[in-house]
Amino acid sequence: MSSTPAAVVELHQAAVELGGRTLWSDLTFSVDSGEFLAVLGPNGVGKTTLLKVLLGLVPLSAGTVRVNGEAPHRGNDEVGYVPQLRAFDQNLPVRAKDLVRMGLDGHRWGPHRRSRASRQRLDDVMEAVGATAYAEAPVGLLSGGEQQRLRIAQALLGNPRVLLCDEPLLTLDLASQDGVTDLIDRRRREAGTPVIFVTHEVNPVLPYVDRILYLVCGRWAIGTPAEILTSEKLTDLYGIEVDVIKVRGRFIVLSAEHDLPTEPGGHAHHHSELPH
Amino acid sequence: MGIGYYLQFGFAQHALEAAFLVAASCGLIGPFVISRSMAFAVHGTSELAFTGAVGGLLVGGNPIFGALVGAVVVAGLIGTLGRRPSERDSTIGVILAGGLGLGVYLLGFYHGYASEALNILFGNIFGVSTGQIVLLATIALVVAVVMGIIWRPLLFASVDPDVAEARGVRTGLLGLVFLFVLAITVTEAAQLVGTLLVLSLAITPAAAAQRMSVSPNVVTLLSVTFAVVSAEGGLLLSFQFASVKPSVLIVAISFAFYVVGRLLGPTLISRRRRRTLVSAGAPTGPDHLAELHP
Repeated sequence: MSSTPAAVVELHQAAVELGGRTLWSDLTFSVDSGEFLAVLGPNGVGKTTLLKVLLGLVPLSAGTVRVNGEAPHRGNDEVGYVPQLRAFDQNLPVRAKDLVRMGLDGHRWGPHRRSRASRQRLDDVMEAVGATAYAEAPVGLLSGGEQQRLRIAQALLGNPRVLLCDEPLLTLDLASQDGVTDLIDRRRREAGTPVIFVTHEVNPVLPYVDRILYLVCGRWAIGTPAEILTSEKLTDLYGIEVDVIKVRGRFIVLSAEHDLPTEPGGHAHHHSELPH
Repeated sequence: MGIGYYLQFGFAQHALEAAFLVAASCGLIGPFVISRSMAFAVHGTSELAFTGAVGGLLVGGNPIFGALVGAVVVAGLIGTLGRRPSERDSTIGVILAGGLGLGVYLLGFYHGYASEALNILFGNIFGVSTGQIVLLATIALVVAVVMGIIWRPLLFASVDPDVAEARGVRTGLLGLVFLFVLAITVTEAAQLVGTLLVLSLAITPAAAAQRMSVSPNVVTLLSVTFAVVSAEGGLLLSFQFASVKPSVLIVAISFAFYVVGRLLGPTLISRRRRRTLVSAGAPTGPDHLAELHP
C-alpha cells in the first residue's frame, strides 16, 4: 500500500474480533494530515472499536495499524480523544479546569508539581475553547455544550497529532453542535490535526467531512460523501434496497423494505437495532 | 477526673494516637468511596472484620492480624466476583451474609472471652498496646503512600472512566488496588469505632467535605481534617463524660460536620457558582439552555 509522508493513521488489511465475533476485516485506509474522516454505520459494527484500536486499547486480530508511524500504545500523548456527553453528579467535587487538566497529567502516578508553563497552557486552552468563564464551576452544573467544549480542551492540552471523536455531538442542541464542531474543525485547519469522527448522524458535520468510512456488518466502504452517500453504494453495503435522498443539503437514508438499523442522517425513519 | 487526669495514662495516649492514624486514613479514602459509590463495600468489609478476627483468635490468638488477613481475602473476593458495577452490591451482600454466618459458627469453637471478637463489632479504643500502635502506624503509612501514588489516576478513573481508559489508565487494576486499600483501612478503623460505626469515619467526613467545596484537593483536606477532629474530639470528650462511649461521641461529631455541610454547603457553593456566572457575563446563549437529555 502507498504510504505518503503525511499519513497520520494507517490501517492495512486490519481485522478485529470482540468476544469471538469478527467485527470488521481486511480494512485498509489511511488518514492524512488535515483530513476530516467521518465514521458512519449502524450500532454494533465496530465504530468505537476502531477508535479503541487507534488508542491501543484493543489489539487487531490481523493486519497492521500505525498511528504517527508507530504501533498504537496506551497513554499516547499524540492522540486526543473526545468522548460523548457524560452525566456528572451535581455534587461531584471536580471543577471544569480540574477535568481539563486530567487530560494533561491525570494518568500520571505520584504527587504532582505543576509548572508555571503547564498552568499557562491550561489557561490558554480554556481560553481557546471559550471555557474561561466557567473554569471554576463544578462539572455537574455545566450544560452539555459547555461540557463538550471542556472535552475538546482536554484533548487539545496534550497537543495531539490526531483527534479521535466518539459521538461528541450526541444529545447536544443544534447551536452547541455547531459550536463544538467548529472548535474541532478550527484545530484541524490551524494545526493540520486530522479528525476521525465517529457518528450516527452525518448531517451536522457534513460541511467539514472530507471522506466517509461507512461500516455495515463487516463490510465497509470509504470515499467522499458524494461517492458513499448514494443509493447504489449503500444498497451494496447493506445488501438490501436503500434509497439516499438529498433534501436541502441534508442526506436521508431510507429503505422501503426494512427498517434501517441507524440512518446516517435525519430522523425521517424510525430506528431499530440490528440483532446480534 | 477530666481530660487532664486521663492523659497521664498510657492507654489514653495510645488511644489518641490510634485514633489519629485510623481517622486520617479513613478521611483520605472517603472522597473516593463516595465518587466510586463504594459505601456498601465499606460496610461489608468492616463487618467481615468480625469473621477475620474470630478466625485470628482461633488460629493464633491474634484478632487484629486475623481481621487484616480477612480484609484482604474479602477485597479479593469482591474484586473478582463483583467486577461489573451492576453486580457489585449483590456480590458484597452475598459475601457479607456468608462471611458473618461463618464468623458466628467459628465463634462457637472459641472458649476464651468472646469480648475480644465482639470488640471488633463495637470498637475498643482503650485496649491498644504499643505493638498495635506500631502496626496501625505501618498500615496508615502504607495507605498514605499508596494513595499518594495512585491519587491522580484514581481520581481520573473515578470521575471519568472512559477518557481515563483512553488516556491509558488501567481503570480495572486501579479499582482493585483501591479495594485492597479500602479493606485494610476499614479493618483498621473497625478496631477503633467498631465495624458498625466505621461509616462515620470513612464516609461522613467526606460527604460533609463535598458539601463545602468543589475542589478535589480541598475536599480531601477537609475530609481528613473532619475525620481526625471527630475521632480525637470524640475521645477527649469521652474522658470528660465517662458515661458515654467514645464511639458514640465520634459519630456525633462527624454527624455534626455533615449537618453543617448540608446547611452551609448550598450557600458556599452557589456563591462560588454565582461568581463564576457573573464573570461569564450572564449566560443567555442557546449553549446555556437546558439540554433535551440532561
